[in-house]
Amino acid sequence: MTTPTLSIRNLHKSFADNEVLKGIDLEAHKGDVISILGASGSGKSTLLRCVNLLETPTSGDILVNGELIEMKQDKKRGAIPVSIKQVERIRSRLAMVFQGFNLWSHLSVIENVIEAPVHVLGIPKKEAIVKAEALLQRVGLYERKDYYPGQLSGGQQQRVAIARALAVEPEVMLFDEPTSALDPELVGEVLTVMRDLAEEGRTMLVVTHEMAFARDVSNKVLFLHQGMVEEQGKPEVIFENPSSERFKQFISTVY
Amino acid sequence: MFDLYGYQEIFLEGAWLTLQVALLSLVLAVVLGLVAALAKLSHSTILTSVATVYTTIIRGIPDLILMLLIFFGGQMLINDMSYKFNEWLNEVMTGYYPDHEWVSYLPDYIDVSPYFAGIVTIGFIFGAYMAETFRGAILSVDKGQLEAATAYGMNKYKRFFRVMFPQMMRHALPGLGNNWLVLLKTTALVSIIGLQDMVKIAGDASGSTQKPFTFYLFVALVFLFYTAISTSALKWAERKYSIQTR
Repeated sequence: MTTPTLSIRNLHKSFADNEVLKGIDLEAHKGDVISILGASGSGKSTLLRCVNLLETPTSGDILVNGELIEMKQDKKRGAIPVSIKQVERIRSRLAMVFQGFNLWSHLSVIENVIEAPVHVLGIPKKEAIVKAEALLQRVGLYERKDYYPGQLSGGQQQRVAIARALAVEPEVMLFDEPTSALDPELVGEVLTVMRDLAEEGRTMLVVTHEMAFARDVSNKVLFLHQGMVEEQGKPEVIFENPSSERFKQFISTVY
Repeated sequence: MFDLYGYQEIFLEGAWLTLQVALLSLVLAVVLGLVAALAKLSHSTILTSVATVYTTIIRGIPDLILMLLIFFGGQMLINDMSYKFNEWLNEVMTGYYPDHEWVSYLPDYIDVSPYFAGIVTIGFIFGAYMAETFRGAILSVDKGQLEAATAYGMNKYKRFFRVMFPQMMRHALPGLGNNWLVLLKTTALVSIIGLQDMVKIAGDASGSTQKPFTFYLFVALVFLFYTAISTSALKWAERKYSIQTR
C-alpha cells in the first residue's frame, strides 16, 4: 500500500454547541478526484476548510503524505495546532480554489500567480514568472496577465485562481464550490479546465453542486448529510444504485 | 509681488522647517496610528484598553493644550528620569568604590529642543486620529483576501505586509489625506513652544515692521500652496489605486 496523499480520520468540528462534522473519514491517493456533495449546511465546505486548517478541527487526525498535523488542547481556545510553522508548511502544499475566487485584488494576474511561489516557497522570481506564464497560457489567459482581477469576468478570475493554485505544485488541490458564484454561461470554461486537471492525474478534492462533474470526472463521490458521510463510492455505482434514500432524493432534486 | 522687508530668506527657512516638522510628524503618526489600530483590533484586552485610552484622551483634548502639556511635561519627565538614573548609577558606583564621587553621567538638565518636541507632539496627536482611519480601513478589507493568503501558507507577517497593508491603504487614503491636511495646518502651533517656523517668524517680523497683515497673508499663501499640492497628489494617488478595483 502506498501512503495516501491525504487522510482524514474521525474528524469532528463544532461551532459553539453546533456540531457540524460528526466523525468523517476520507482517504485520497495520488490522482484521486473526489467530489464532495451535500445539501447546504451538510458540512461539506467546513470539511474542506478543515483540511488546510482554515477551520481548526475540534478533534480527529489529518495526515498529508503520511505527516500528521499535530494538535493540542488549549484551555481557552480548544484544539490548536502544536506548530503553526508545520501548518504553514503543509498549507503551502495544499492549494485552494475558493467560491469567491479571492484573487488578491491589488496584484495583477501574473503577480497573483507568482505570489505564493516567490514569497512562500522562495522560488526565484524569474523562474516563477516563466512558469506562471505557461500556466496562464494553459488556462487561456496569457493575454490578460497584466490585468487586475477587477477587470476580469468571474470565469476568468476563477481560471486565474486555478493557475495560482497550480503554481505551487500542490499535493492536493482543494476546490470549494468553484463554480457556484459564476453566471451559468461562465461555468463551462472553469469546468473544462478542471476536467483537464483531473485527466492529467492531479489529486483533487472538489466540493460542488455540479452533478455532471461529480459523475463523469471524479473517481469517488462522498455525500454528506448532517455532518456524516451518508453515501460514498464510485460515481458509476452510487449514481446508478444509491443505497441511501437521502442521496436518491438529493440526486432527484438537483437534476 | 511681496515686499518682505528683508525677511525673505528667513521666511524661506521657516517654510522649509514647517514642511520638515509636518512630514516627520506624519511618519510618526502613521506608525503610531497603525500600531494603535492593530492594538484596538487585537484579542488582547490589555492592548485594546491601552489603545482606547490613548485615542480617547488625545482626541478629547485641544491640540494646543496637548502641545503645551507634552512639551513642558516631557521636559520635566526627561529631566526627572535623567536625575534618577544618575542617582542610581552613583549609588551603585559608591557600592563598589566607597570613595566614589558624584558624577553626572547624564546631563543634569536636558533641554528638549522645540523641533523634536513639536514633531513628537504632533505625531502623537495625529497618531490617535490615524488609528481610527486605519481601524476602519483594516475592517473594510475583504476577509477572503486574507483567507487566500492563509491558505497559501503565508505567516502572519507576510499576511499583513503583502496583503493587508497594501489593501487597507486603498481604503485609508481618503482619511489619511484629510488627516494630513489638518496635520499640516496644526504645525502652526509649534510656534508657541518657540520653534522658528513661518508663523513664529511672521509674528516677530510683524512686531518689528508693524505690517502684520502682509506677513500673515504670506504665511497663509505658503500653507495654501502646500495644501494645494497635497490635494492634487492625493487625487492622483487615489486614482492610481482605484484603477485596480475598477
